Amino acid sequence: MSGARGLRFLLYLPLAAAVAAPFFMSDYFQHLAVQIAIWSLVYTAWALMGRFRLTSLGHGAFLGVGAYVPTLLWNNFGVTPWLGIPLAMALSVALALIVGYPCSRQKVVGHYFALVTLALGQVVMLVIVAAREVTGGSLGMTPRAVGRSWYALQLPNKAEFYAVALVAWLIGLAAWRFVERGMIRLALESIAEDEDAAEAAGVDVLREKLKITALSTGLTALGGALYAQYLMYLSPDAMSGVGISLEIVFAAIAGGMYNMLGPTVGAAFTILLTEGLRVLFGTHFIGAANTIYGALLVVFIIFMPRGIVGTAERLLLQPRQPVAAQPAE
Amino acid sequence: MDIYLLEAIINGLLLGGVLALLSLGLNLIFGVIDVVWICYAEVVMAAMYAVFWLYSALGWPLLVACAVGIAFATVLGLLVHVVVIEPILGSAPINQLLATGGLLFFLQSLATLLFGTDFRNLGIRLPVLEFGGIYVSFSRLIAFGVALVGAVGLYLFLARTYLGTAIRAIAQDREVMGLMGANERRIYILTSAIGGGLAGLAACLLVLQYDVHPFIGLTFGPITFMVCVLGGLGNMIGGFIAAFIISQIIAVGGYYFPVEAAEVLAFVFFIVMILIRPQGILGK
Repeated sequence: MSGARGLRFLLYLPLAAAVAAPFFMSDYFQHLAVQIAIWSLVYTAWALMGRFRLTSLGHGAFLGVGAYVPTLLWNNFGVTPWLGIPLAMALSVALALIVGYPCSRQKVVGHYFALVTLALGQVVMLVIVAAREVTGGSLGMTPRAVGRSWYALQLPNKAEFYAVALVAWLIGLAAWRFVERGMIRLALESIAEDEDAAEAAGVDVLREKLKITALSTGLTALGGALYAQYLMYLSPDAMSGVGISLEIVFAAIAGGMYNMLGPTVGAAFTILLTEGLRVLFGTHFIGAANTIYGALLVVFIIFMPRGIVGTAERLLLQPRQPVAAQPAE
Repeated sequence: MDIYLLEAIINGLLLGGVLALLSLGLNLIFGVIDVVWICYAEVVMAAMYAVFWLYSALGWPLLVACAVGIAFATVLGLLVHVVVIEPILGSAPINQLLATGGLLFFLQSLATLLFGTDFRNLGIRLPVLEFGGIYVSFSRLIAFGVALVGAVGLYLFLARTYLGTAIRAIAQDREVMGLMGANERRIYILTSAIGGGLAGLAACLLVLQYDVHPFIGLTFGPITFMVCVLGGLGNMIGGFIAAFIISQIIAVGGYYFPVEAAEVLAFVFFIVMILIRPQGILGK
């Protein structure tokens, strides 16, 4: 694969340029770049589980905890997000483990896992709505603004926030690399293939599943927290519930959940596409952009289940491999 | 007993009828084709819009509008299978679930494009009935009755007809039935069409009680999945029982707590039950 390695290196140069470019661009593009960076982190976090057939349809739950906990702590007790965010991540992980432990013990997989997690996302959304005295319910809430402040992690300057978001994105990629290179990947791949066989071969199924769940949900909470700090506005629909949970899943799949940069490409693709379609159609046809997006999703899942990056990799790196030689799935 | 509590229990019973009807179609499709239509509630939403549009914009009689709405949902169900599910029938089940999830976005956005995000209703006010101080919504009573009739009708179809028998046989053993000469493809298409039709029937009942908007599927979709899984995915009788358990939790919980808290209670109950009995209350 030395040729592949060279090709990969060539791919990194434009990527680095693309990552640095927003620093020199207008506010509008910086705004897009911040969103892409934050959602890349969230999608990468989801794909950490998704690639091992732990298809969670409830990551909105962790996004919601990540967004609301630091804001509630800041507004009510003046606790800095630098403390609030780690706490929110810990709470997210705890919530994930409370559900994940029995899920793994009872071998809740496939459809059932998807639907249990979907219910979890709904629970968090309903709790946020029900606690309207402190969260503002469906109307949403705003973190108490103090102007530019690193202590409050409120950075109206978009370039500054982009730098913060980039760091978070890199943390997500580092987590991916850690998993990719560790024994945990082999263990989880064998579990995804055949859980009983993996167990018989000595894989601690419960432990490995919980490890990846903790990593994935903690990072999702980080993404949720940053998104809330950036937008300075939180609402239950945007931060939790079925809609956003599904959006996470789709963007990660569209980009390619089996590659490190797949979810990042998914974030760039979905955000630029919605933005492009919005500009194209304007406000005359509300819904036109998402109609095309929805149709594209279906096409993606049917024809390109490995996503943009996965498909591109196949086409670029193995051009001579005959189709018939590929193992049937 | 407190009369308001009794009222809550009765309304819960009526809500259970609609939930049962919603779960029937989804369970039928899962039991036969082994696919979860995440967009099932959006098929219902589309049919609600169809009825609304035919009745309000074109001024058709309500019953005709409902009949056409059911036919529309039947065709939509058939299309979901032929266009989305069939090409990926061989891939991992979760992919099929996700493909229908893409369809969920598509249907939601298409409804937004066509009708906007306003809440629409038929503008029909059905009377509220009173029995000895207990108030019962007439539209809910109709919904409950029709849901029961629909369930019995489906049961008779599956139990007594040749096609129904074929559907049940496929649900029991996919591979062997293919070898026995059953035309799987036809059965799948038929099942999807029936599932769509049941969604259409549910839509006719829901549109009498609720405003329709593009995102209404997100409000009762998750509850429908919960009912199906709780009863054991694919187990229609289990789903029927689960519908009434869940609706009672929501109705009686809503009597003691705020509505959202009652729903949280139902979802938490569901999660706990799944973790205790992953196969559902009636699963093997």
